[in-house]
Amino acid sequence: MKIQLKLKDRTLIAKLSGELDHHSAKTVKEMLENAIETKACVNLIFDLTGLTFMDSSGIGVIIGRYKLLQGIGGKVKIVSDKQSVNKLITMSGLTRLMEVCESVEQAIMNL
Amino acid sequence: MERKKPDNQMRLEFLSKSSNESFARATVAAFASQLDPTLEVLADIKTAVSEAVTNAIIHGYGTSCGIVHIECEIKGRDLTVIIRDNGKGISNIEEARTPLYTGMPESERSGMGFTVMETFMDEIEVESVPGVGTSIYLTKHIPE
Repeated sequence: MKIQLKLKDRTLIAKLSGELDHHSAKTVKEMLENAIETKACVNLIFDLTGLTFMDSSGIGVIIGRYKLLQGIGGKVKIVSDKQSVNKLITMSGLTRLMEVCESVEQAIMNL
Repeated sequence: MERKKPDNQMRLEFLSKSSNESFARATVAAFASQLDPTLEVLADIKTAVSEAVTNAIIHGYGTSCGIVHIECEIKGRDLTVIIRDNGKGISNIEEARTPLYTGMPESERSGMGFTVMETFMDEIEVESVPGVGTSIYLTKHIPE
């Protein structure tokens, strides 16, 4: 699992590459919490286009950060283009909580 | 009635370490690939196996370390994957299979594990005895 973090204004853009499962979820969660806190981020964009696998542990990571940022009036968006990842996102009901965008640029524009 | 013999079989055993989750689903996918599944079907199988193996590791064994057993069988175009642990077992299977139920509310689990297995596979059966362990049977028909 590789995580690249970029900050644009007060929006954190997290590009996740590799496999997001229970094993890697803890690291992802810690890195995101740390960045959100130290950079005082309000919004978060999960760029999942580099993922080769995700299971429900990934859903837990996304919902956890959504709850955190929703509490401070922030927004969370997802960028995903993989059929297997999109299937999981749809069945978990995440699409009712946050928008799934086709690109990071679109996600930023829709914040 | 005599049980039909499988066309092919494999067994896998590994320690209940989270670093083995990737190994387990990749190995099952490699075994399943002899049926030439589409990438979508293969992704469904990997995801369901990952959920079952994660359950065995975090709910079955928890902080202790044990062995996770996987058996795969191919009969015709059907793949059955059995994931067993000798962990603490599930006292209420119906409750555990309820969408969004999590046995670990403090740990940020989504409670979607069984729902994913049910959605991504054709059949799922759960056998569990508290204090003895859990077996999850997952079956997927792989179209030609």
